[in-house]
Amino acid sequence: MPGLEDLYREIILDHYRSPRNRGELPTPPAVHAQGHNPLCGDEITVYLQIDGDTITDVKVGGQGCSISQSSASMMSQAVKGKKVDDVKAVVRKFKSMMSIDDEDPTPIPEVKLGDLEALQGVVKFPVRIKCAVLAWNTLTEALAEAQ
Amino acid sequence: MSAAAVDWARVKADFPVVNGRIDGQPIVYLDSANTSQKPHAVIDAMADFMRHAYAPINRSAYRLAAAATDAYEGARTKVQKFINAPKAHEVVFTKNATESLNLVAHSWGGANLKRGDAVVLTHMEHHANIVPWQMLAASHGIELRWIPLTADGQLDLTNLSTLLDGAKVLSFTAMSNVLGTITPVAALCKAAHDAGAVAIVDACQYVPHNVTDVQAWGADFVTFSSHKMVGPSGIGVMWGREALLDAMPPFLGGGNMIADVRLDGFTCAELPAKFEAGTPPIVEAVGLGAAVEYLSGLGMSNVRQHEMHLTDYALRTLTDRYGDDITIHGPRNVEVRGAVLSFAFRDIHPHDVSQVLDQKNVCVRAGHHCAKPLMRLLGANATARASFYIYNDESDADALADALDGASDIFGL
Repeated sequence: MPGLEDLYREIILDHYRSPRNRGELPTPPAVHAQGHNPLCGDEITVYLQIDGDTITDVKVGGQGCSISQSSASMMSQAVKGKKVDDVKAVVRKFKSMMSIDDEDPTPIPEVKLGDLEALQGVVKFPVRIKCAVLAWNTLTEALAEAQ
Repeated sequence: MSAAAVDWARVKADFPVVNGRIDGQPIVYLDSANTSQKPHAVIDAMADFMRHAYAPINRSAYRLAAAATDAYEGARTKVQKFINAPKAHEVVFTKNATESLNLVAHSWGGANLKRGDAVVLTHMEHHANIVPWQMLAASHGIELRWIPLTADGQLDLTNLSTLLDGAKVLSFTAMSNVLGTITPVAALCKAAHDAGAVAIVDACQYVPHNVTDVQAWGADFVTFSSHKMVGPSGIGVMWGREALLDAMPPFLGGGNMIADVRLDGFTCAELPAKFEAGTPPIVEAVGLGAAVEYLSGLGMSNVRQHEMHLTDYALRTLTDRYGDDITIHGPRNVEVRGAVLSFAFRDIHPHDVSQVLDQKNVCVRAGHHCAKPLMRLLGANATARASFYIYNDESDADALADALDGASDIFGL
């Protein structure tokens, strides 16, 4: 069995202890989506303020385990101020790192994940993959809300 | 024979999984409220039956089929005696306890409840004893009422007579799968009957761990599953009073449950076939019969004593060691609680607690335990839950306490 240090990297614990972009945004003008993991009860709400083709603000609410909450926090940092199309590319790249196939036949975009790569160790703990992708699936739903 | 006369080490030796290893380390299985491990006696009974005696039941004239039918019906008689049911044909085999509760709600409830009728439930029910009634609320317009809880997680019966006033059903758990609370089943059944209501007991967590006597309870329906009582998954039990079962419409339609089928309709088979449509879980019934024999051999009062001792030991060990850093839900008095310990540990999320414990092969459940209304009451999205059974001993409680230390190291709390 892989060691817990592969899962609980320091940067992950830092985001868990001090989550970034916590809170809510008024809807409208922002959009939001709720996601939950029925197995463990984790809940996440993602608020997006989208102006033109750019996500100008993001807030995250909800509660859950260290992996789901740190992933949500890191996600919020990764998307804030980014163009929607670039964010969609990051989502695809992140989910591919989590060994989740999407149905899109086009190649996985070559984008840098930066700090998010700390979550790579989650793949060694398959039960926790759902925790790590919860925020990202909820982000995708919020983006769909905006369209 | 008393609990002291049972060789519990010998019992543990009967269960291959709890004697197994992962990564060279022993497995500490503390998730029996979820599902129990299986002894060789059950595994062998099922394998032997499949190797030597498997055949259809109830529908073929040859000797092999007759013997298989006897094995299947023999399991029913074993279950009948185990719960002291008056008649074997009142024992209906289902897929699991959830299906049993759905059978009662939809078949009895569907035929006997109408708009405005009240069904009384409690705040500590499993989803299996909530959602079927909510479905009836949507389809039949019934009203749901809820018995609240006391601060220590017992049923608050202060306003029971008001809640039961005019009610048609009281459906409640005999033991909470989250809090471990054992409810006053006989008193609740009597209160239901005094109010003219039918008493339905979800005994899924109770039957595997206690002496069960459905007649002493005075219940009308009792439901439980095989997989929590050292039997196989895939089979559950619904016991009901004969007069009620006879008056109920069938639940699922198909083969085995009919006496006759014509183009213009059908007539039902007698009990219990009336409620056992299609080919039943034959092998699983044989396994359940073996499980009942195994537990009967230990003596259910011995099982209960063993678990009371273990529960007390685990409660003391965890609170002595961690004090206010651990919050264990449910009553402290082991007279009114079973061997189920849901807990919060420091500020570490239960999912993370479970992950850290898994590193030491300590298997606990983390989540909402299919009891989300209760979890909201506890103010928790999730808890970690350690549950003990006949193959556990004090060393398992010690292993749990030791493994929790690792969580503090990682999360720096």
